[in-house]
Order: sequence, then C-alpha cells, then structure tokens
Amino acid sequence: MEGFLHQVLAGLATGGIYASLALALVMIYQATHLVNFAQGEMAMFCTYIAWSLTNAGVPYWIAFLLTVVFAFILGVVIERVIIRPVENAPVLSVVVVFIGLLVILNSVAGWIYTYTIKTFPSPFPEQPILGIRYVSPHEFGAIGVTLVVLALLYAFFRFTPLGLAMRAAAQNPDSSRLVGIRVGWMLALGWGLAAAVGSVAGMMVAPIVFLDPNMMSGILLYAFAAALVGGVDNPAGAVFGGFLVGVLENVVGAYVVGPDLKLSVALVLIIAVLVIKPTGFFGRVHVTRV
Amino acid sequence: MSKRAVIGLVLLLALACALPFVVSSYRTFQLTLALVYSITLLGLNMLTGYNGQISLGHGAFYAIGAYCAAILMDKYGVPYWATIPVAGVVCLLVGFLFGLPALRLEGLYLALATFALGVSLPQLIKYKGIDNWTGGVQGIVITKPDPPFGLPISQDQWLYFFCLAVVIVMFVLGRNLLRGRIGRAMVAIRDNHIAAEAMGVNSAMVKSLTFGVSAMYTGISGALGAIAIQFVAPDSFNVFLSITFLVGIVIGGLASISGALYGALFIQFVPNIADDLSKAAPWAVFGMFLIGFMYLMPMGVAGAIRMGLARIARRAQNSRPGAA
Repeated sequence: MEGFLHQVLAGLATGGIYASLALALVMIYQATHLVNFAQGEMAMFCTYIAWSLTNAGVPYWIAFLLTVVFAFILGVVIERVIIRPVENAPVLSVVVVFIGLLVILNSVAGWIYTYTIKTFPSPFPEQPILGIRYVSPHEFGAIGVTLVVLALLYAFFRFTPLGLAMRAAAQNPDSSRLVGIRVGWMLALGWGLAAAVGSVAGMMVAPIVFLDPNMMSGILLYAFAAALVGGVDNPAGAVFGGFLVGVLENVVGAYVVGPDLKLSVALVLIIAVLVIKPTGFFGRVHVTRV
Repeated sequence: MSKRAVIGLVLLLALACALPFVVSSYRTFQLTLALVYSITLLGLNMLTGYNGQISLGHGAFYAIGAYCAAILMDKYGVPYWATIPVAGVVCLLVGFLFGLPALRLEGLYLALATFALGVSLPQLIKYKGIDNWTGGVQGIVITKPDPPFGLPISQDQWLYFFCLAVVIVMFVLGRNLLRGRIGRAMVAIRDNHIAAEAMGVNSAMVKSLTFGVSAMYTGISGALGAIAIQFVAPDSFNVFLSITFLVGIVIGGLASISGALYGALFIQFVPNIADDLSKAAPWAVFGMFLIGFMYLMPMGVAGAIRMGLARIARRAQNSRPGAA
C-alpha cells in the first residue's frame, strides 16, 4: 500500500511537470491551431541556460527568474522570425518547420554543451518536508512550483487587460483586430508565455531525469498525451490531463507493463484518445460546414 | 516518355553501373545505402507528398523491414534475397492496419500520432517479451552475402548492384502506380477529399492502401538496409531516423519521383561532410535546410530542376528566329 501511495504521489509530481508543458502546448494550439513539436526542445535549451547560470555562481532562484525571462524572449523571437512567415501555409509546411526547429535546438545544445549527461541542482532541501516520507522534497517542491505557475497564469488571463486581449486574439482574430488589438503581437506574446512555462517545466524535471539534449523527447510525448486527454483546446483540461497522465504512467509502469515500456503508455493513450474520443475529456466538439 | 528523357535515363543507368568500379569500396557502400534510402523516400513521398498524410514515424516500418530480414536470416537461415518480399508483405499488412485508425486523424493529429510512434519505437523493440527474436539491446548481427555464380566482383559491389536492381523495379512500379488512376486519386484526396469523393474516389480505401504501399516500400528498404549494414539494433531506429526521412523528401521534392533520389543522396552524404565540423553539426545543417527549403524552395531540388529546365526551354524557344 505504501508503495502504491508513493507511486501515486511521485506521479503527481511528474504530472505537474507534464501539466506545465501541456499547458504551453495548449496555449499555442488555442491561438494558432498548431501543435508545437519543438516545445520540449525549447524547454531543454532554456534548462541548459539555467545550468550555465547556476554553474557561474548565480543563486538558484535568480538563475530561475533569468531563465524564465530568456525563455520568454526566445519564444517571442522564434514566433516573429521563424513561425510568422509560414503562419498561413499548409499543415505540412508548418510541421516541417517545427521539426526543423526541434533538430536545430537539439543539435545546438549538443554542440555547445556536449551530449554527456549533467546533474541539475534542485532548490529544495534534502530533508523530507513536513515529515512526509512518501514523496521526496524535490517532488513536493515541483508540485508547489507548478501550482504557483498555474495560479499566476490563471490570474493573468482572467484579471488583466492584456490577458483579455490575448484571449480575444486567440478566439476571434478578425473582430479583435477591429477593436484595435494587435493580433500578431498577441500571438508572439503567447509564444513567449508558452516558452516561459515550458522552461519552468524543464528546470523542474531536470533534477529527476538529468540534463541532456534528448531529455525532453519522452516528456514531450507525455505532454502531448496530457493535452489530448484533457481536450487540446482546454487549458484546465490540459492541467487535469497532466496530473492524470503522470499518475497513470507511474502506476501502469510499476504494476502492469514494467518500467521498460513506460513511453508506450503515452503512445497508447495518444492513439486511443485520437481514435476513440478526439475531443478528450473537456474539449469542444468542432463542427465544420461542408 | 519523351525521347530526351529516355536518353537521360539510359545515361543515368550507365553511370550508376560504372560507379562501383571507379570509387572505393567504402564509397560503394555509401552509395548502396543511398539507393536503399531512395526506396524509403519514394514510399514516404507517396504517403506524405502525394496523399497528404504526414508521417513522422516511418522509421517504424523501416525497423520492421530490417528486423524481418535479420530474424529470417539469423534464426531460420533464409537466403538474403528471399527476405525482401517477406519484409514487403509484412509491412504492407502492418501499414494497411495502421492506416485504418489513421484515417480518422487529419493532418496535424496524424503527425502527432506517428511522432509518438517514432519516439517510443526503440523502447518497443527492446521489449523483453520478444527479445528471443530481436536480440534485445544487443541487436542481431548478420553476414554479408557473397556474389552469386562466381561473379568476379567484391561483396560490396554485388550488394550495390542487387540494391540497384531492386531500386529500378520499385521505381518503375511506383511510377506506374502514381501516374495511373490510383495515383491521381491520391492527389485528388490530398487537394480536396470532398470533391474527390464526389467524383467517385473511395477515399478511405485509397488512403489506407496508400499507407500500406508506403509501408511496404519502407519495409523493403529496411530489409535491404539491414543486409547492407549487417546489423540491426533498437537504438538505431530512434525518432531521428524518421526525421531523416522527412528531411529527405522535403529536400528532394515533395510529390516527385526523382526527388527520392536527390533526397537520398542528400541524407547520405551531407552528414558525412558536416561531421567534420562537430558531432552535432549534421543535425544543425538538416534543421536549417528543412526550414530554408520550406521558405525558399518548397518543391525541393526536383522542383527547382524542373523549373530551371522549363526556363531554359522557354528561352531557347524565344531566341529562335520567327518565334513570337
């Protein structure tokens, strides 16, 4: 029983990380109806920046903040420079550009930092928090950080004029343009925010999976699964999906298929959701007129 | 085919036959691999270029083909040439079956599902339940075939000619398929599936059949690749293999038959050149070419050559005296 409880709690911790990355995917999907295949590699690249900063002696939380700012700028620049020219291109072109971005970020990280696996510091203490033994302090902290990020995002989109403008631009670009919202820049800001959220996910997961240029490929897969399970156009659904996938991955991995086939859990989930219920749990059904 | 195209093809064939006698055996081996890749690229191009179904997981079918050949040769002592059709048939079936649920997925979602397949593939191959056949992480080592009938050529040269023969057969078949009724149906579904159905095209059937045939090409290519490299192991079939194939069709030219050859030469030789710079450089180059081609040359090398030839022909016509 204790083992099971530990699996569930550890699942919640990684689930929070998947939830963050899934949220980043959904934010871009809502605005552009595109799934960013390079989201994981962007997060990985930012995590390397954080690693460089902490290695240079910058205190963890300052490095954390600087990395989030860097990620935001990276996201905005990528949208403005690379994605904008193919905004209205066929799906295939956009997917090809995303894949191009993925391999460029991956190889540049490998070029600068080499492919050897690095350890990444955790900002949380070694001793168990509040005397809870089922879950490591880092997992506990990761859940906390995820929840803070989610709350901040919610507040931003719900209570600020800029958040409202961004939601409007995503929902109805034409009308938003008529009332004076600069839709193009709102998209870029959305990319920046998504990259920033992704970088938090990267920094939270790096102490668990260790830092190397390929560390996010599995995580990205779980995030895809999470976004799809929750409904790919529903941010709250993505968060729910993230936690669900995290727990499922751990429990099914520990008791059903064994740790060697954990990634296949994500594969099966993705295909099952897409084939059986493409809208996920909370997605909206899209009806198109033929 | 025009007379000029026939002459061009004959010259190309003569060049292809002469090459292994003038270059080193390592270069011959590399050319063999380029031939092998060209079959995969033709198969992937049928699915993605002609039919508009994006696959980021074609490494899976390549792996199935490779393992078919390796297991048949290693465990059952089947001669190498007999494994090729078996790999083709197995992949045709698997591809057709995978194509059935994939019918429900449009554009982006199919890309997502196949990407997931590509990422989790090495783990699936390493699965403990099947490592009696697959050899687990260790993979399978197979022996290189000797030239038959006592031909006075080396093993590498023989393998090159063997692959060349398979390539010719597959390209002739592919060309006939794509130029015929089914090929036109594929393109019609890509461009407007509703209109295609209204014209009487059985969209579901054509789409899953395309998936099957595409997988068959890839599987045959995988079997040839395994025989050429003499080794299969799970980690060589990672998601970057699938991405390499995508690079190949984008660079070579989407929806073009000759593009498969250009793409294959690109993915075989460019990494070798870039490798001198850094271990990561080939992928940086691949990424830049992917994005650059999408912006500047969306029809790939084949499209650029076609446009260049058309321009020369036009100029020749204009400069002729009396032409308006």
